[in-house]
Order: sequence, then structure tokens, then C-alpha cells
Amino acid sequence: MDKKLAEIRKRVPALSLQVAGRDLVYLDNAATSQKPYSVLQMQTSLSEAASGNVHRAIHRLSVEATEAYEAGRAAVCRFINADSVILTSGATASLNLLAFCFAERYLGPGDKVLLTEAEHHSNLVPWQMACARKGAEVCFLPIDESGEPDLEVFARSLDSRVKLVALPHISNILGVVNPLEEMISIAHSRGIPVAVDGAQGIVHAKVDVQALDCDFYAFSGHKIYAPTGTGVLYGRRSLLEEMPPYMGGGDMVGHVSYGQTTYNELPLKFEAGTPNFTGAACFAPALTFASELREDAELQAYGRKITEYLMEALPTIDGLKLYGVPKDIGRKSGVFSMTIEGTHPSDLAQLLDQMGIAVRSGLMCAEPFVSKYSQTGMLRASLLPYNTMDEAEYFVQSLRRAVKMLR
Amino acid sequence: MDAPTKTIKELSAEVVEEFAVFDQWLDKYEYIIDLGKSLPEILPSDKVDANLIAGCQSRVWLACRCENGRLWFTADSDAIITKGIISLLINVYDGQKAEEVAASDFGFIEEIGLKENLSPTRAGGLAAMILKIKTYAKEYAQG
Repeated sequence: MDKKLAEIRKRVPALSLQVAGRDLVYLDNAATSQKPYSVLQMQTSLSEAASGNVHRAIHRLSVEATEAYEAGRAAVCRFINADSVILTSGATASLNLLAFCFAERYLGPGDKVLLTEAEHHSNLVPWQMACARKGAEVCFLPIDESGEPDLEVFARSLDSRVKLVALPHISNILGVVNPLEEMISIAHSRGIPVAVDGAQGIVHAKVDVQALDCDFYAFSGHKIYAPTGTGVLYGRRSLLEEMPPYMGGGDMVGHVSYGQTTYNELPLKFEAGTPNFTGAACFAPALTFASELREDAELQAYGRKITEYLMEALPTIDGLKLYGVPKDIGRKSGVFSMTIEGTHPSDLAQLLDQMGIAVRSGLMCAEPFVSKYSQTGMLRASLLPYNTMDEAEYFVQSLRRAVKMLR
Repeated sequence: MDAPTKTIKELSAEVVEEFAVFDQWLDKYEYIIDLGKSLPEILPSDKVDANLIAGCQSRVWLACRCENGRLWFTADSDAIITKGIISLLINVYDGQKAEEVAASDFGFIEEIGLKENLSPTRAGGLAAMILKIKTYAKEYAQG
């Protein structure tokens, strides 16, 4: 196992960095992932080779750029078992596109969009904006520290005014896999579509949008080894066909006259302007890497062991409280948010940084939820399959030391 | 309150000297944390929104009084490292003449390399603290 992990880590150059004179222990993966050589090399070679714009010219460079871009799209489709996807600049862009266009077509005065209390701002603010525009209302399904939604309360919340449920696959605070299958089937039984913020879900869970039967699924590329500025929105074709485009210009047109414009077919109808085609092309090597790690049973089991270790070891630190503690530990992914009595999370993060450890501190882009539990924010450590048990142990030791220094 | 016997220059040179003793930044942090713990408590009447410093990730209050042309500071923060940093500044500038504080270049902060060892948000907070001290000093120096 050690040898296998060492091999994998060698393929991700950032993991060999030194910080504050020590080996970097990168535990801020829920913010962004470190990229493997395969991705970095493709990015470089596409930039070095030449730039032809996609979907435009007849010349060779343009054709090659289009082929690479579409190969990236095909890799995404295979990865989530979708017939087609819209490529965007990230999960935030995907969710803004969705909120705007869905509201234009499907929301009116008095309608409701149901979210959970544990949303990332990117699946909260766009809905607030859209609902304000349409005279609709955003409501919230309560979530407690366990991180597990109450399905009976959920079912009761779905009155006839609810036009959409939008929820995270895995909350970026709680790290607990939501029971999407059950929630989607309850919502569908009332005729309500479900949008999933998959920014964390795509990283930690296997996603098959057809088996899930979700209506929308949004995620970023950079959290799953692809370059920044890449993102995906999957949508049910029948809903997307009905929705108006988001931005105008570029490839989203069918025919344009001075008087009016017809729109392109899906997915290009929603891809205005020159897309980040070099970035999107890198979805191919990024998702190949992700699949390789995901399909390695030994590596997955090792990851579970690290999760179990952290769930056990972290609470032994005096005054430490974990958020997202499901009854079934199998639902916990590698995202660990915590508060520690008598310490400020930014102090902890600062000292950990001096010990070579990268973690996140603060409100974690989920201010309403985090501030319910702590005025000063939380500390979050998050793993990917390239993290080791040694790193997890060093993190716990270092955290213990930092707490001692601060008290 | 008695005026300090040492000048800003002397006191800041002492800070630089003290920091030179430590090899590792972790030790310097330990020192800063101790400073934070020993900072005298702020008056409840000074711990108000008007004295909050904008631009810090953690909340920082800094109040200033002027007596006979000398500035006296009290401060607090909910983060201990932040409290230590403000304490470091107060140790140098407390009881000094407003004109001298206003004229100080805060160069010792550069010398101890604090900025480089803070996260960018914290470094922004440090800049905001210095600005607040300077603003107080300029106000009182004119008044």
C-alpha cells in the first residue's frame, strides 16, 4: 500500500512541496485538489501547440481544438453517465446559470425553492437572487450537527408551492453523503424536480446521473484534478429545452438577424462566448486519474480507514467538537469540520501552516450554517485518495500541539 | 500613567532583538501567543463596534486615549495570535507622543518578517491595525 501511494503521489508534483521547511501536508482538498502531471502536461501542450478557437473555423487548428474540447465533454459524460453536459467555468457558474434560467421559465410569485440549511453560498445566493427577481421564496430544510436530513420533515416540506429542490450531494461543511436516491424519489412523487450541488459529491461519491434520476447536477473541475475555470452542469433534456439561454453571443446562436435570434441546440445554447477549451479538454486526463483512484478497491479501503481513524482520534482532543457525524460512518466522506473550545480557528490554521499543514478556517462559504454553531468559524481538514495515514496522524498530533500552545 | 522611559526606536529595536533569538517561526508564534495572553483586559466600554478594526479576519478592537500629548492604547481580539500582534504594537507605541507615533515608519514589523509569516488575510489585518494606530496618532497630533 505504501509503495502504491508513493507512486500515486509522485504523479502529483505539488504533493512534494516543502512549506515552512517541512513536507507539505495538504488537507484543504475540499477547496481545491492538487493536479497530476497528466493534467498539467495536457494543459501545457495544448497552450504550447497553438490556439485555434472551437466550433468556428474550417482550419486545422480550430478542428483540433474542437476535438480536444469535445473529448473533454465526452469524458465528463462517461464519468457521470450522462448523454450530454453543459461546460461552464465552475460549479458556481453552473448553479448561477441554472438558477437564472430555471427561474425565468419555472418560477413565479408565491413559488418556493427548497434548499437545505447547510448550503455553500454558491447554492444559496443564486437562488436568493432568482427568487427576489421572480417574487418567489427560498426555504430551508433543517439540518443538525449530525448532518443527516430528516426525510419525514423533508416530505412534509414539499407543498404545492415548491417548484424545485436544490441540495448538496455532500455538504462542504458536514461531509455527509445525503440520501439523494430517497430524496429525489420523494420529490419526484410530488412532481418536483431536484438539482444537486455536486461540488463535493463528485469527488467523494460515485455519480451516475441516470441511476440517481436527478434533474440537474453541478460541479467544478478543479476539485477533481482538472484545471481551475472548468465546470459542469448536467440537466434533464426536457427541462433544459424549455429554459431560455443565460448569456447571448458566441456559439449559443442558431441564426441571427438584426431583428431576432434563434438559439443553438443543447448544450451549446448555454455555452455563450469562447469557452475555456484548453481547461475543459483536461477533463479527459483528470477524470482518468479520478477513475483510477476510485476503482482501486485497496485504495478506497485505505481511505475509509483514514476516515475512521480521524472520526475516532479527533474527538480525543479536549474540547473538540466534530460536525457531520452520521449514525452510519459509511456515509461520512473525507471532510472534517470542527470547533475546539478556547481556540480560534484562524489561530489554529496559522500554527498548522507553520507545521506544514494546509487546512481551511473560517466560515467556509456557508456563513448562515457555520455561524449557528460558532461566531468565529470552524476548522476544516479534507482528504483525497492521495492522502496518507501518516499525514492524518501528523495532523492530529499537530492539532493537539497547536491547541496546547493557544490555551 | 507614567510615560515610558524608552523611545519608539529603542523599544522596536528590542523587539527585533527578541525575535532574532528564535530560529523557528513556531517559536516566534509561541512568543506572540504569550504576549496575547498577557495583554491587559480592555474596558467593556471600549469593546464597542466603533473601535472594531475593519479588514481583520478575526474581530479586533483598538481604543486610544490621549493624555498630555501621549497615546494610551487598549485592545482585544477573539483570536489570540491577533491579540499577540496588537500587543506587540502596543508595547512599542503605548505612552509615546502622538507626533512621534504619527511619524513612525513601523519598520520593525518588516524587520522581524512578521508579514511573510502571516496568511494574506492576516497580513491585511496587520496593515489595518497599523493604519488604525497611525490614524489615532494623526488625529491627536493635530488636535
